[in-house]
Formats: sequence, C-alpha cells, structure tokens
Amino acid sequence: MNLAVPKLQHHFEDLPKQAHAARLGMWLFLASEALFFSGLFTLYAAYRAHYPEIFREGVAHNDLVLGTVNTFILLTGSLFLSLALWALRAARRALSVLLTAATGLAGLVYLIIKATEWAHHMAEGIFPGGRGRFFVENPEPAWAIFYTSYYGLTGFHAIHVTVGVGILAWTAWWMHRERVGPAAAYKLAIVGLYWHFVDIVWLFLWPLFYLLRNPA
Amino acid sequence: MKNYLNCETTIWSWLSTKDHKRIGVMFLVSVTLFLLVGGVFALILRLEHLTPGPTLVSPNMYNQLFTLHGVVMVWLFLIPAIPAGFGNFFLPIMLGAKDVAFPRLNLASLYIFWIGAILTIYGVLDRAADTGWTFYPPYSSQTYTKATPVLLGVFVLGWSTIITGVNFITTIHTLRAKGMRFMDMPLFAWALYGVSIIQILGTPVLGIILLMVVMDHSFDWGLFDPARGGDPLIYQHLFWFYSHPAVYIMILPPMGVVSEIVTSMAHKNPLSYKAIAYSTFGIAFVGFLTWGHHMFTSGMSELNAGIFGILSMGVAVFSAIKVFTWTGTLYRGSVWIRTPLVYIFAFLFLFIFGGMTGVAVAATSLDVHWHDTYFVVAHFHFIMVGASLTAFLAALHYWWPKITGKMYFEGWGVAGAILVFLGFVGTFFPQFLLGNAGMPRRYYHYSEQFQALNVLSTAGSWVLALGLLLVLVTLIWSLVAGEKAPANPWNSRSYEWMTPSPPPKENFPETPRFVRGPYDYHLPLEPP
Repeated sequence: MNLAVPKLQHHFEDLPKQAHAARLGMWLFLASEALFFSGLFTLYAAYRAHYPEIFREGVAHNDLVLGTVNTFILLTGSLFLSLALWALRAARRALSVLLTAATGLAGLVYLIIKATEWAHHMAEGIFPGGRGRFFVENPEPAWAIFYTSYYGLTGFHAIHVTVGVGILAWTAWWMHRERVGPAAAYKLAIVGLYWHFVDIVWLFLWPLFYLLRNPA
Repeated sequence: MKNYLNCETTIWSWLSTKDHKRIGVMFLVSVTLFLLVGGVFALILRLEHLTPGPTLVSPNMYNQLFTLHGVVMVWLFLIPAIPAGFGNFFLPIMLGAKDVAFPRLNLASLYIFWIGAILTIYGVLDRAADTGWTFYPPYSSQTYTKATPVLLGVFVLGWSTIITGVNFITTIHTLRAKGMRFMDMPLFAWALYGVSIIQILGTPVLGIILLMVVMDHSFDWGLFDPARGGDPLIYQHLFWFYSHPAVYIMILPPMGVVSEIVTSMAHKNPLSYKAIAYSTFGIAFVGFLTWGHHMFTSGMSELNAGIFGILSMGVAVFSAIKVFTWTGTLYRGSVWIRTPLVYIFAFLFLFIFGGMTGVAVAATSLDVHWHDTYFVVAHFHFIMVGASLTAFLAALHYWWPKITGKMYFEGWGVAGAILVFLGFVGTFFPQFLLGNAGMPRRYYHYSEQFQALNVLSTAGSWVLALGLLLVLVTLIWSLVAGEKAPANPWNSRSYEWMTPSPPPKENFPETPRFVRGPYDYHLPLEPP
C-alpha cells in the first residue's frame, strides 16, 4: 500500500512541527468561533431573562422529538469521525474514508430534519422578524423575539453544519484520491476539531430550544 | 544583490505572493491610502465647524462624514496598520523564521481586507451611512442610508483581523529560532501576541452583533427595536465588549513599536523586559472587563458603574508601568535623537495626556458631565492619533531603511514630526476645553461662544495635514533620491538589523543563530 506523506513546507523544520502549528491554528480559530456564538447566546439569555414565560412556552411549542433525534444523529456522526481518525492512524484508509463520508451523511440528515422543522414553523405562519399569521394570533412582542432568536441561532449553526458537510466530503475524497497514510492523520484530526465544535454548539442549542420547557 | 523586492518584479508576483514581507508592504500601502481618505473626511468636518452655522456641507452630509471618518480610521487604518503591516513584515524576521506559520492564509487575509474595504467604500459612494461608527440601533436599523454594505464590510474586515491573530500566535509558538525561549523574544513580538489574543476573542463578538443589525436593517428582524420588544442596550453591551478591547488592538502594537525604538535609540537594554512583556497581558486581560464605561449614562446600576470605573482605571496602572519602563530605559542611555525618537517623545507626552484624561472619564461622576461632549472626542483622539498614529509614523521612519533599502531625509523627518505634533495639539487640545464647556459631539451646529476654540482646532487640523503631507512626500522622494541604507543604521542589537537592507527573500542569507539577546547592549556589536 502506498502511504503518501504530507509535503513539508519550507518554513517548518519538520513534519511534527508543521502538524503542531496546524492543530494550534485550528484551536485558536475555534476559540474565535466560540466567542462568535457567545454573542448569540448572550442575546438569548438576555431576552429569556426579559420574557421568561413566553420563552418557556416557545420552547414547549418546538418539536422535542425532532430536536432530540437530531442530537442523536449529530453525536453518532461525531462518533464515526473519531473512529475514522482511529482507523487512519491504524493505516486502514478505506475504513477511514467510509467513516468520514458517513459523518458527512449524518450532517446531511441533520440538515434535512432541521429544514423540515423550519418548514413546519413556516406552515404555522412563523417567520423571522415577527411576520406571519402566528404573530397576529399571538401579538405579544416577545413571541417575535423568541422566534427571531430561534431562526438566528439555529440558522447560524446550520450554516456551520453545511460548511462542515462540505469539508467532510472534500476530506473523504482527498483521503481516497491521495491515498493518504497515518502521517496525514493530523489533517483529519483538524477537520474533527471543527466538526466536534459544531456538535458542541448544538449541545447548547438543544436545551435552550427544546428542553427548558417546564415552569420553574 | 537579490532581495525580496527585486527577486521577482511582475505585478502578479506581488498579487500571488506568500512572502510575509510583501504582504506586509501591501498592507502598509493600503492602510496609508485609507489614512488619507479618512484624513480628508476629517478635514472637511473641521472646515464645517469653522463657523457655528452651515459652512460647507449639509447636515446630512455632516452625519455621513463623521460616520465614515470613524469607520475608515478605526477598521481600515488603526486596527490593521501596525499588526498587519509592520507585524507581518517583522515578526518572522525577529523570530528568525522564514515566514509566518500559514503563508497562504496570510495572503487570504490581505484579500479579505480588500474585499471588506471595497464593501465599505461602496457604502460610501451613494447614500453613505450616517449612523456613527458605533452603529447604535434602533437608529441604525431604520436609517434610509446604506448601513448594510458598511456593516457587512466591517464584518468581513473582522475575518482578516482574526486570521492575522491566529497566524501570529501560531508563528510565535512554533517558529522561534532554535534556542530562542519566550523570554528571549523581542518585545514587539510580545505586543503582537497580546494584540492577537484580543483580535481572536473580541472580533467575532463584533462580527455577530453587526450581522444582527444587518438583519434588522435589511430584513426588518426588529431584534433591537424597543417598539417590538427588543432591547438596544444588549447591542451596546456586545458592541463595546469588542470595541473597547479594540482600543487595545490599536494601542498594544504601538507600545511594541515604542519598546523597540526606545531600546535601539538609547542603545541600552530595557529597564525591565519582564515589566513590559507582562503588562501587555495585563492590558489585554483587564481590557476585556471595562466595556461598561461607555454606557455610564445608558441606565446602569451604581454598583456596575463603580466596578467598571475601577477596572477601567486598572488599565492605567499597566500603562504607567510601561511608560516608566520606557523613560527609565532612556535614562543614562547613549541616546541618538533621530526622527523615530522624536515621534516617541511626542507619543509619550500625548499618551500620558490622553491616558490621564482617560482615568478622569472613568470616574462616573465626571463622566456624566463629559459624556458625549468634545472632551471625550479629544480624549480618544489623544490615544488614537496622539499615540497610535504617532507610533505608526515612528515605526515608518525607524524601519523605512530596512523595508525599502533607502534612508529617509533626517532633517525633513524631524521637521515632519514637529509639524505633526504641533498640528495635533492645536487640533485636539482646544477640544478638551470645548467639551468641558459643554459642546456636544456629533452636532452640526454649535453655540457662538464656542467659535474661537473651534477656529483654533480647525487651524490645527491644517497644520497636522501639512505635517502628514510633508512626511508622505519626503518619504516617497527618499525612494528616488535617498541614500542607500546600511544593514544596521541605528547600531541596534535587535535581530531584524542583522540581515541586509532590504532583506533577502528568505529573510536571512543563511539560517540565523542568535547567540545573544535582542537587547544585549553590553556586548560589542558584531560586524554585519
């Protein structure tokens, strides 16, 4: 089996150093991403403190089953990706490619379910910015604020999932085409860092929009 | 001899380069261009205030001009100028590396900067935004002007900043020369490390909150509209969570420049290397906890205001540590008074002045009186122009021989520095008095009793503009007629002076071995 080794760029002394730099760069980028979402979470927290009752009712209005199924799908995908990394480090490239592709597929299923949920909401007349007949029947402004933050937070998360699916598809194809070996595993690990981060964001969105529904 | 400038000469070789030096030069040219654009806006604003009533522009245009002056100066000049310009050029050389950790991303950050700049400028051409550079909703969500392209432009520029920050920290961690420990690095590298942390952790919060305003403005989301249950105060909190640390994005790199120039010109090791390095992190850390002082009059509890006030004063402690260390470094040094040091003298004077008025406005009782007056305008211009721009000009002269291979004209350089200093004080010192007397900022009209000081301020702005023009013309002229620069015109011990001027493409003719520290002035200078 031909195991391709990543090219050493001219300004690094050796491959481990280059891999270290790539990992560190991704962690720093994720720190930035975490702060990006923290702004949205702050919005949610502030408005939930303003309007606790309607936010609770709004969460109860969301589909707990679909939200929970999606959590399960994303976490399964992350498990696949961890196994893919293990497989690549053990020089089992075909298995690794398969598992990486499966992770991307899980992301795709997640997006389809998420889009179904949005479609349900829109069928009820719930659109961002408090537009639609739902808000005629429920004129309190807090309803509009709740659903606008819902679309905002889940929307920005979905953009990240979409980017992740693209990266996973490209990575699976690249591992297959370049016949990469364990030496390139650090690149898959970096993709994994990003993907797990996107998962973790969802692990916060899940309680905020599906679980916190009972009166205190 | 082949160097980074003449190794390839096509335009494409510049546009596709991954060389950190060329990327740094392109950033420097870009930000200088935007300094001119923002400066012209400022000159028109000052001209408008020559008389109390209408002078030159309409009230709407006045609002647009002060918005664009702020946006251009903050995001297209001050934030990228020293890190993306000089930082890109000198960080790898100072560490003995061949390039930054991610050269391709580095080039991408330049293109992202250009895209953001084009978006922003597009928002200027027709129905320019009139929201002020702070984009406060609900006004910014409802204005008929083109707030959206400007907001999106700033969002895109943010990504350029984040990439630069990620690149610098990774470079410092992984590409230091063999044997160079963290505490052996030149102090400029510490300043860039501190600023990168703020860039990485602060910028995304600005990005997301500006996107929310875009949604409000373009798609009528109403998230910050009080009439629809929204709360504009949340915007203010999140905006200042970035934009106050952004002040330290604009001042930490200049502080790094001062550390380099003071030691080089005094030919003496810093009074305390550790004090300068650690206080950088003190400022970066406390800077994240002071944003509330922009909101003392927005309905904040006394307890909150007190805490934010005291924390804000904490920044002054770390800044004072630096100022004392710099002046202590000059004491009994063998000081060469050259143009860069003249700028540093101006920096120290203006920075202390601006810093002390900053402590004053951090006191809530005083701030309520000065809030939204020209006092605050004068205070932050003393920091942003008096300190940051002055340090930028100091760096431009100090590193000019290394970057271009030509010496600037010493006499003209000093003359430019003196003009800039006098013009600056003439422009902004009267504004302290105006603000204290109660003249509000961002007003098109003002009462007649303020006219004398306003005329003084406008006259000052012409001197400042003349000074900057002189600097620009003489520097460009030196490219043609300047003397050839030696490798180390300052007899500095800092590492960037160990390589020829301008440096070869790989930064050093052969892999450098740093056998002494960057401030070891007790050792004899090795031959070049």
